[in-house]
Amino acid sequence: MVNKKEEIVELANNLRWEVGGNFHDSLMESIYKEAGDIVKKTVRKKDEKHAFGFDKKLDKIVTNKWTGFPIMFILLAIVFWITVQGSNYPSQLLSSLLVGDLYETLKGFSHSLAIPQWIDGLLIDGGYLAMAWVISVMLPPMAIFFPLFTLLEDFGYLPRVAFNMDSLFRKAGAHGKQALTMSMGFGCNAAGVIATRVIDSPRERLIAIITNNFSLCNGRWPTQILIATIFIGGLVPANLAGIISAGAVVGVAVLGVVLSLITSWGLSKTVLKGEASTFNLELPPYRPPRVLQTLYTSLIDRTLIVLWRAIVFAFPAGLVIWSVANIHIDGISLADYFINWIDPFAILIGLNGIILLAYVIAIPANEIVIPTILMLTVVHFGLHGVGAGAGVMFQTDSLSATKQLLEAGGWTVLTGVNLMLFSLLHNPCSTTIYTIYEETKSIKWTALSTFLPIVMGIVLCFLVAQIWQLF
Amino acid sequence: MNSFNANCENCPVHNANNLVKLGIDMKDFDFVIALAGNPNTGKSTVFNALTGLRQHTGNWPGKTVTRAEGGFEFNGHKYKIVDLPGTYSLLSTSTDEEVARNFILFGQPDVTVIVADATRLERNLNLILQVLEITDRAVLCLNLMDEAERNGIEIDIRTLSKELGIPVVPTAARQKEGIPDLLQYIDEVATGKYKCKPRRIKKRDPKLQKAIKLLSNELKQLFPNLPNTEWVALRLLEGDQEIIKAIKTGELEHLERTELLSNASDSIKKEKVTI
Repeated sequence: MVNKKEEIVELANNLRWEVGGNFHDSLMESIYKEAGDIVKKTVRKKDEKHAFGFDKKLDKIVTNKWTGFPIMFILLAIVFWITVQGSNYPSQLLSSLLVGDLYETLKGFSHSLAIPQWIDGLLIDGGYLAMAWVISVMLPPMAIFFPLFTLLEDFGYLPRVAFNMDSLFRKAGAHGKQALTMSMGFGCNAAGVIATRVIDSPRERLIAIITNNFSLCNGRWPTQILIATIFIGGLVPANLAGIISAGAVVGVAVLGVVLSLITSWGLSKTVLKGEASTFNLELPPYRPPRVLQTLYTSLIDRTLIVLWRAIVFAFPAGLVIWSVANIHIDGISLADYFINWIDPFAILIGLNGIILLAYVIAIPANEIVIPTILMLTVVHFGLHGVGAGAGVMFQTDSLSATKQLLEAGGWTVLTGVNLMLFSLLHNPCSTTIYTIYEETKSIKWTALSTFLPIVMGIVLCFLVAQIWQLF
Repeated sequence: MNSFNANCENCPVHNANNLVKLGIDMKDFDFVIALAGNPNTGKSTVFNALTGLRQHTGNWPGKTVTRAEGGFEFNGHKYKIVDLPGTYSLLSTSTDEEVARNFILFGQPDVTVIVADATRLERNLNLILQVLEITDRAVLCLNLMDEAERNGIEIDIRTLSKELGIPVVPTAARQKEGIPDLLQYIDEVATGKYKCKPRRIKKRDPKLQKAIKLLSNELKQLFPNLPNTEWVALRLLEGDQEIIKAIKTGELEHLERTELLSNASDSIKKEKVTI
């Protein structure tokens, strides 16, 4: 039996010489010829010119050398503008409900049961409040942003973005398909890293994996939108605030794309040397977006899943925050130890110790960075509102209250700008880090993907802070 | 080549051993369906329409990089459906194409549903013809018919079905149009009510024809129940390492259809597969 098998393989090897090398081509020719024959018999086009006339015209505009990029930026800015404008009021409503009324009710209930103070503090002031913050800060922008983005995707615009970006990526020594995986990263970096499987060459795939973190993900959009609205929008008259803050968010996203290109170029010239390989990118036809279905799936698939993830990570983070704020050594809390220790360095790069501590606590999910910062600010500066005691949030029922809170924590416009930059350039979340390891099976590349953005973030924030202080 | 004729209704032909190896849990399922097709033809949308699942779909090629699975029930049969990555061809060697090809070849799904873009039939036929080389049981889901109509493209469904030798179902999966017909044909092919006579590519080169014939006969002797010896012979000639490995390790033997084994002579006694 075994001999017989070897014989067949041997026979095939001999026959291959007899048949000659180009039968693969002749086979492909046969396939194309038969396909052509079948189509001749079965397909009739009423009007050759009419077919996809609209698509062709639209593609001429959105993939044009001169108009393609401006259209991209304008579309993105419109999406953010609607998000910024639309999420303010629902945020207030949720906040006064969850952080205000429900919190009071829970507190009252726990007092009436005479629950020990530390348990009450840990669970309600810690875990519950962190969750409530995540929901009120995150839900409204997500519920507006994701459906809008999904509508663009459904319409067929994203492959055009990839088409526009393709030549830039190839000039950077990366694969053109990286434009697609990068777009996926705008949703979720872990998903973007998995999507790099469409890239055949291991070298180009590694570049795509390492640079995926430069795409702002789901968890970071709300941070960008909130901080831009408060600090950048606050610089200009109210009627311009929406447009300017949307522009700022687009600016950060575009900076991410530019850094992704520069880093790809740097990698392909140093540790991952090589030429870019070619590929075919098919532009799908435009399709009228199914609005209702899009609303439904983007709400289920994206908004609720991302929100759920944030809530799941927020609860333990809340416990940690309450604990580090309430466990004292020599009368100073653990949080204060860390914040005071790192503050000089943090100030040097235009941030503060609270932000850096928040980024440590929030490694599992970028979504909880802002709530963590807010809670730590309250704790560290002993700002007391409705509730009392360390680690307790007070009610902030509008953006301006959030702003007051942050300003009480010593924030300036520089802090806001640098937080936006640091949010773009820091380590990927733990899920993404784990995914990178799973895909590369290499500690070296995982470590590079993790630390490269942090180093870049610190350097960029330092430069911005130093230049800022010159003026 | 068409050595296989289903004579028993309701008997699954998929290879349970290999399906388990490919990561498919076959407990509680009667039939396995593979969903193949070019990128961005709406495979995931068809998948969702069949299963009622709401896997995220997107209007861009290459969205599905890994296999998605789901299940549905129709006509009292339980179906497992596997959404394969979209590919333009089965002849090259990128990871996504290998996933699709290995699944159709080694998993031997009871029905392979090929999803094609009605507006780009000629390009899609490249893959359709290649899939028909590997499998005897397929249904063509001619999707995006609404777009074809909008763009003034008319397709003669009956002739196309006759040319290809398999059922052709026009659908507009985004609007859920044609899905009941698709289910009906899947069921008929799976249970053997509809007998496919898939079109095979004519090899014009006489030398190639001779070589394939020679190899195919040898293969038939060694693996009497292998349904697609000509295709395997062709891959051998091309020096396909996966196929060479499959022959050497005897993995190819497992491709012989399980229910035929019970009829086959005792000399090729195989472990009976329980499903």
